[in-house]
Amino acid sequence: MTAFIFRRLLTAIPVLLVLIIVSFVLMFAAPGGPFTSERPLPPEVMRSIEAKYGLDQPYWKQVFDYVVGVVTRFDFGPSFIYKDRTVNEIIASGFPVTLTYGSISFVVAVLVGVSLGVVAAIKQNTWIDYFAVGVSIGAQVLPNFVMAPILVLVFTLWLGWLPGGGWNGGAWQNIILPVVALSTSFMASIARITRSSMLEVLNTNFIRTAKAKGLSQRRIIFKHALKPSMLPVISYLGPAFVGMVTGSVVIDLYFSTGGIGQHFVNSALNRDYSTIMGITILLGALTILMNLLADILYAWIDPKIRY
Amino acid sequence: MYPSTATVEGVAAAEAVKGRSLWADARARFFRNKAAVAGLFMLGLVVLFAIFGQYFAAWSNEEIDWSVLGNVAEAGRPSFETGHYFGTDSLGRDLYARTVQGTQISLMVGLIGAMVAVFVGTLYGAVAGYFGGRTDSIMMRTVDILMSIPYMFVLILLLVIFGRSIILLFVGVGLISWLDMSRIVRGQTLTVKNKEFVEAAVATGVRPFTIILRHITPNLLGVVVIYATLLIPLLILQESFISFLGLGVQEPNTSWGALINEGAQEMNNGTIWQLLFPLFFFIITLFSFFFVGDGLRDALDPKDR
Repeated sequence: MTAFIFRRLLTAIPVLLVLIIVSFVLMFAAPGGPFTSERPLPPEVMRSIEAKYGLDQPYWKQVFDYVVGVVTRFDFGPSFIYKDRTVNEIIASGFPVTLTYGSISFVVAVLVGVSLGVVAAIKQNTWIDYFAVGVSIGAQVLPNFVMAPILVLVFTLWLGWLPGGGWNGGAWQNIILPVVALSTSFMASIARITRSSMLEVLNTNFIRTAKAKGLSQRRIIFKHALKPSMLPVISYLGPAFVGMVTGSVVIDLYFSTGGIGQHFVNSALNRDYSTIMGITILLGALTILMNLLADILYAWIDPKIRY
Repeated sequence: MYPSTATVEGVAAAEAVKGRSLWADARARFFRNKAAVAGLFMLGLVVLFAIFGQYFAAWSNEEIDWSVLGNVAEAGRPSFETGHYFGTDSLGRDLYARTVQGTQISLMVGLIGAMVAVFVGTLYGAVAGYFGGRTDSIMMRTVDILMSIPYMFVLILLLVIFGRSIILLFVGVGLISWLDMSRIVRGQTLTVKNKEFVEAAVATGVRPFTIILRHITPNLLGVVVIYATLLIPLLILQESFISFLGLGVQEPNTSWGALINEGAQEMNNGTIWQLLFPLFFFIITLFSFFFVGDGLRDALDPKDR
């Protein structure tokens, strides 16, 4: 097991390095530097600016310095647009917000999705099953950027129950709508996957044996059926995490939470390259880490995996 | 049972009597699936709307109706009298014409993106599957690794760096979506490559790439068609996502994502139709594509049922 984890870590590191280097090289490919403006700056000013941001160095040295800075000090350098802020400060101001409602959404999606799927499978062809199936089909066409306006329309404009935006230091009223908007489609997918894999497991011989032994249904489900039926769900956790990280951009922007996605979009509109890169690399690293965890969890649960 | 004269013509005639080809079978199965047929019908309507919708518009998509400006919530309502069937947007432009335009662009993104993804994914998967061994494991490990990157961010990075052009958006959306396709195609190639006709081609000295192009890929058609149909709505979703953020399609062009975004921002001003009309087209199209895709899968891939 340790060797397996070690080997997976070894493949994760080059991926991350490649991600960093590719985004850096892309930045060089950009037509015009970040300081090209309508009114050309005096050459000496330009030189001093370039010296400040290290742009007068040869390319390979810039790449090297950037990678070393990111890897050893988590230093993403200064922002190109906001002269007095570093990318780290921007991330530090937005990331906790996104992390808070993001992790709540993830937990909600998994817990509710799995419970709904299990119940639907046990009570196959009853109203609760039809409800679960209906929700999971409907949620396929209701991605977060559709959910968010609809939720605000109903719960803020019509009912007036919840605030339609802002963060307010993480008050629960402000968290509910982002969490629902972000988690619904993933919850539905998890419910669908759980339901079909649970149905498959319930038809296997070992469950029949358990039933023949006269075990209670509760015991059969929790002790025998749940673990093997979680395998497809676990392999979906990686993609679900990627989807949630991506979706959080919409949530941050639409609900004006001040989260990292809002900074991402703003810097994309302002061509603040270093901030975009910093956020891309951070979220990329998180995703790679999450995929790694999902792989390890999978190997731990599935005895058929040989590592 | 057997033709009376064992000539080539006789054999051919016997084949013709047997008649029901794989595709005819699949077609029959597909048309028995009511949801899929309904989806196909709805899709047909949406496509007709995208192609011919503009000829029924009373206003062009760029014209500004000055008479509603400043009072869009009242004067810009959907009505047949003013010629704004879907109302106007906050700038006084006809929402019907804008929706037609958005439908065209969103459908185009789906189709072109899917073509790019199918092309790259099929070739990649077929090559990996056909050669097998070390080539295969390196190529598929690469796919595994690429899958763990949040692509949307890389695409946005590209759009920022190379300018937000619509062609880059079309191609980029496709280029980030070929990974699943390549896995599916590889799996299918593994089963096809051990068939006798491939062996025959190898024995007669056909070069590997010719075998892949001429003998392997045609046999993957069923699978590719299914996943292309399921891919199109995902690509439309991705494009809408980027356009919703304001990073995709730029004015004066528009797409469903951009229209939904505008509608969502103007919601508070009482112009709810700006959200509802684009949303309606978006949702029925995605639904239809998913149903058609599922129907095709059931029809062409019977082992999956």
